[in-house]
Amino acid sequence: MLKVTDLNVHYGAIHALQGVSFNLQEGEIVTLIGANGAGKSTLLNTISGLLPAVKGKVEYLDEDITNLEPQKIVRKGIVQVPEGRKIFAAMSVMENLEMGAFTVTDKKLIADKVEEMFAKFPILGKRSKQLGGTLSGGEQQMLAIARGLMASPKLLLLDEPSMGLSPVLVEQIFDTIQSINNSGTSVILVEQNAQMALVIAHRAYVLETGKIVLEGDAQEVLQNPMVIEAYLGVS
Amino acid sequence: MENEIRPPRRYKRSKLPKLVRWIFGLIVLSYFFWRLYTVIIVQNEYTPDIWVRLLISGLVIGGVYSLIAIGYTLVYGILRMINFAHGEVMMIGTFAGYFVFEATNAIRFTSSTGEITSLSNAQPFLSILLAFIVGMTVAATSGFLLEKIAYRPLRKAPRLIPLISAIGASIFLQNLAQLLFSPLVRDYKNPDLIARGQGWAITVAGARLTIPYTGVLTFSLSIILMFALYTMVRKSKLGKSMRAVAADKSTAALMGIDVNGVISQTFIISGMLAGAAGVMWGLHNGLVYYYVGFLPGIKAFTSAVLGGIGNIPGAMLGGMLLGMIESIGPTALGISYQLKDVLAFVILIIILIFRPSGILGEVLSEEKV
Repeated sequence: MLKVTDLNVHYGAIHALQGVSFNLQEGEIVTLIGANGAGKSTLLNTISGLLPAVKGKVEYLDEDITNLEPQKIVRKGIVQVPEGRKIFAAMSVMENLEMGAFTVTDKKLIADKVEEMFAKFPILGKRSKQLGGTLSGGEQQMLAIARGLMASPKLLLLDEPSMGLSPVLVEQIFDTIQSINNSGTSVILVEQNAQMALVIAHRAYVLETGKIVLEGDAQEVLQNPMVIEAYLGVS
Repeated sequence: MENEIRPPRRYKRSKLPKLVRWIFGLIVLSYFFWRLYTVIIVQNEYTPDIWVRLLISGLVIGGVYSLIAIGYTLVYGILRMINFAHGEVMMIGTFAGYFVFEATNAIRFTSSTGEITSLSNAQPFLSILLAFIVGMTVAATSGFLLEKIAYRPLRKAPRLIPLISAIGASIFLQNLAQLLFSPLVRDYKNPDLIARGQGWAITVAGARLTIPYTGVLTFSLSIILMFALYTMVRKSKLGKSMRAVAADKSTAALMGIDVNGVISQTFIISGMLAGAAGVMWGLHNGLVYYYVGFLPGIKAFTSAVLGGIGNIPGAMLGGMLLGMIESIGPTALGISYQLKDVLAFVILIIILIFRPSGILGEVLSEEKV
């Protein structure tokens, strides 16, 4: 479904991605794990079109989408839920969801989607008139995911969805991701919480200073001694 | 992505302690109150009709300032830059309206009663409407081009650079207008229906005064436009996407919003409002020349800061307030009317001492400033 070949991206003076290649099959959850600054967010932002690739290719459904403008990529069905949630703080929950459905022109479809999100995340329904900035961290993360789902993406890019959340909420978020995937959306999951990510993912790639150093089935990666030592913190 | 060397985040604050600024502000304020007291209570030489007359002219000029100020505030909200060429966009609108009235005035025909009338007098509503449509369209186009040519290539540059480009664009447009239309001060040819100086006569406390037709037109149209703009920003899809882009450009792009498109549309809307303000200015004040946009532009910028830049109701309030201060202030304080511009800026300084982010402005965090 998504095929990234030899991707090179510069972030300022930093050569942030140095020939990254990976792929994702339809219906999969693929997780990218790695330390801070390994280039995970850069990779997602390049797929989303926010950062230009100097070399390499991003292909989506056999179509070259490298360096396409972000809004065109969204229209093709790739939606990113950015790191740090990035809720529009001065807009209501409802307006945030409407922004998520910016590419949708059918008003009826938007209303249906909003209903669907309120069913999935009841707390958002209760707060629909409240300003986004007044929500708690967990609610904001729900809203960010719901906002991402408003455009009915075929591929959802999640950047650190569990960041800064309590263990209970993390569990809830991961359940949500799994149910999103079960309903047919492919997911690329960038996570610091490698343990949880590897449990729900089908396949995993380990990124280190802009290069992929390990790839394989999530179960295998979970057993890999190097990963256990570096990312899972088990002695 | 950002390669440039960033200036240090924290600028050195003024060494003048806050207390000194406050004391200065309080001294000026108490001077104002003392003057107000002397003029209004002690001398009491002005009759109510004078105040009403000043109030009316304040409202009219305030409406114009508000419309232009909204343009500053919208652009600032989205790009965090002051579009110093905005006054020139208004000037272009004034000229466009001027040429429409020239044209409709030049077309003359003999009416059924045998009199020779011009199109602008035979069809005053049509020609006024046409002047506004043309003025707004031309100003909107120039706003659009201004952004494309002068600001878009500098989008990623440090913030000072588009500002310099804006000042350059302002000088360029003034000179272009001077070159094209000569430095002559021209007279706006109002249709007779809204001839300058004509108006409804009313009686206030036994004295007669007129409410000028042009004033009524200016004020009511600016209120309508402001209301329309506010509703658009709150409710429409474009308005919401403008707010989203203002809040966070990359997240807005991740929603599928065409950020550059929204920025262009912002300049178009600002230009439309400035164009309407320009035609109003021409109709009400009657003069048009290449420099006509400068002072209203600066005043509207002041209004936007006064109300809290980036805040739309703030720009409206600031414009109205500044119009009133300019019109009523000199008389109420018993100072020369020539000092109205000085007074406007003194009020700005006072407001900024006590409320640095403007009347309705959000209290900005260090980071945002």
